Amino acid sequence: MSAIYVWIETFKGKANPTSWEAVAAGRMLAGSMNLPVTALVFGENAAAVAQEAGAFGADNAITCDDATLSEFRLEPYAALLTQLVKTNAPKAVLGIASNRGRELLASSAADTDSPMLADVLDLSASGDGLSATRAVYAGKVLSDTNASGATVFVSLRSRAFKAADPAPKQIPVTTAAPALSEAQIATKIEGFAEAAGTVNLSDAGVIVSGGRGMANNPANPPAGLSGDAASVWKAQDGFANVLQPLADVLGGAVGASRAAVDAGYIPYAHQVGQTGKTVSPDLYIACGISGAIQHQAGMRSSKIIVAINKDAESPIFKMARFGLVGDLYQIIPALTEELKKRLGK
Amino acid sequence: MRIAVFTRSTPDTAAKVEVDASGKVTWGDAATVVNPWDEYALEEAIVQAKNAGGKAAVIAIGAPMHDEALKHSLAMGVDEAYRVWDDALEGADGLAYATTAAAAVKQLGDVELVLFGRDSVDVGTDQHIYATARKLGWTMLAYVSKIVSIDFAAKTIKVEKILEQGKQVITAPLPAVVSVLKDINEPRYPSFIGIRKAQKAAIPVWSLGDLSVTLPASAARVTAFKNLPPRDTRFELISGTPQEQAAQLVDKLLEEKVL
Ligand SMILES: Cc1cc2nc3c(=O)[nH]c(=O)nc-3n(C[C@H](O)[C@H](O)[C@H](O)COP(=O)(O)OP(=O)(O)OC[C@H]3O[C@@H](n4cnc5c(N)ncnc54)[C@H](O)[C@@H]3O)c2cc1C
Repeated sequence: MSAIYVWIETFKGKANPTSWEAVAAGRMLAGSMNLPVTALVFGENAAAVAQEAGAFGADNAITCDDATLSEFRLEPYAALLTQLVKTNAPKAVLGIASNRGRELLASSAADTDSPMLADVLDLSASGDGLSATRAVYAGKVLSDTNASGATVFVSLRSRAFKAADPAPKQIPVTTAAPALSEAQIATKIEGFAEAAGTVNLSDAGVIVSGGRGMANNPANPPAGLSGDAASVWKAQDGFANVLQPLADVLGGAVGASRAAVDAGYIPYAHQVGQTGKTVSPDLYIACGISGAIQHQAGMRSSKIIVAINKDAESPIFKMARFGLVGDLYQIIPALTEELKKRLGK
Repeated sequence: MRIAVFTRSTPDTAAKVEVDASGKVTWGDAATVVNPWDEYALEEAIVQAKNAGGKAAVIAIGAPMHDEALKHSLAMGVDEAYRVWDDALEGADGLAYATTAAAAVKQLGDVELVLFGRDSVDVGTDQHIYATARKLGWTMLAYVSKIVSIDFAAKTIKVEKILEQGKQVITAPLPAVVSVLKDINEPRYPSFIGIRKAQKAAIPVWSLGDLSVTLPASAARVTAFKNLPPRDTRFELISGTPQEQAAQLVDKLLEEKVL
């Protein structure tokens, strides 16, 4: 029987919660196409994650808890997904457009000569296919794209779809055998360095970002530092001890402009913009960022933008819902204190 | 031995891009530039080809406007440039692009490594990259922040790959398709001599017939481009002492239910 497949992304046996957004999108299609939603869970702890997918709306699940799949590798993951699609011909395969989701879905789409709608913001059934809204030209324009075929692959932009409230239920689970044995897999993982304390910007509901203005920290650098080194120290201190505490009370993540990244104030993983991450949090607080068009490309779909900048003429205020003119090093600590008081933290 | 790298021309990153009354995407008289992510792929191709004593070849699939990106690539120091264009490619989807890209790589013959920038900002996707690797039947290594080592004789490559949770170190066989991130290198600026040479270069154009490919009908089609919905233009200036500003902002954010 045909179905809507939803790949559930996991890491060390835990589901990536944005996958529940994909299950919700699957449910929405399943309703209009009268098909069941099948969760696909590969890797360790697959059986438990499958039941969790049930709570978020999947009707049944296919799992493969094989050692070859415990860490993500494209080769065995794509081989298995391709095999499942070839055997069962689902109407659609959905997944979240994370690093892994993008390459996995596009690879299986190519293996099965299926069309793909990548990184979609909106999705609906149309005729015998699917129709999606996508962001193109660095998010400056939208496109409507139709795809039809035996199976259509769709990757979904994080936070574009809303996960359902979980309602625990038991769902039937089928187990699949891996498509490749370890001996048939040429890619080997030699090491993994878990990034300490990285918050996934694309999934964050609140982002507090800092720009070049972070260097104007009144804190005194250690003796011996001067010039650029002193600016770098000041900005790093500001990111760690002024922005991070605000992000922490808000349960959010820290972002940055490219100017801040290029100057060495904060690692590239935090960069928001055309050559960084595209984000769409409910709340984006831009601190000491001027709002260049390349920065806007990454954050313009934020629901509420707050700008804190000492220059009242700064273009960032043109995008903002709320503007605070002043020194971020005075406003942010006051804001963090106020939030602690009001949110009872 | 060749290292192939794909690129395209995209509107200047500062350009205002919009949909005109006829439904076409325009960026007025703004210039086009190399797709910003491709600069890193081009730099890596030049460096890796030089280290291996091979050649770097750049390919663009698209209309004549993409010669701009090819010339920039040549000016940076890429050895050869090719463009693939055919009316049948108009409006082609990722699968058609990948089928064409794989055929172009095969046409070059002695390619061991294909490089791409993370994605193409105009089409807003990276799906064609992975599809190209699958159509070639080669190893795919995506989101690479560093090529640790590459051994063309032993046909192996070792890279650092970025996932949301951290960094994997992976070894895999060549030939491979690799997509690179911004932190892999510092792209060079084209030299003056490079620019002069590139301006004079004649860029061969291959048709689908030249590559002996017939494209599958594109099953994914753009039906319309749309301008972004108008932004909420409400703006409130919050003034006072820092403490007053903070208190007022928290009130507003609670009202907006974003806390
Ligand atoms: C191809 C290309 C790609 C790019 N990609 C990106 C990208 O992905 N992301 C990105 O962000 N940029 C990108 N850029 C760069 C972009 O054009 C800008 O240069 C950059 O965004 C500027 O960063 P900024 O706002 O932090 O710095 P600035 O423009 O220097 O702004 C600093 C701001 O801080 C304010 N300020 C200073 N001190 C204080 C203080 N104490 N309190 C409050 N405010 C203060 C100043 O008034 C100023 O407005 C790209 C550029 C190009 C050409």
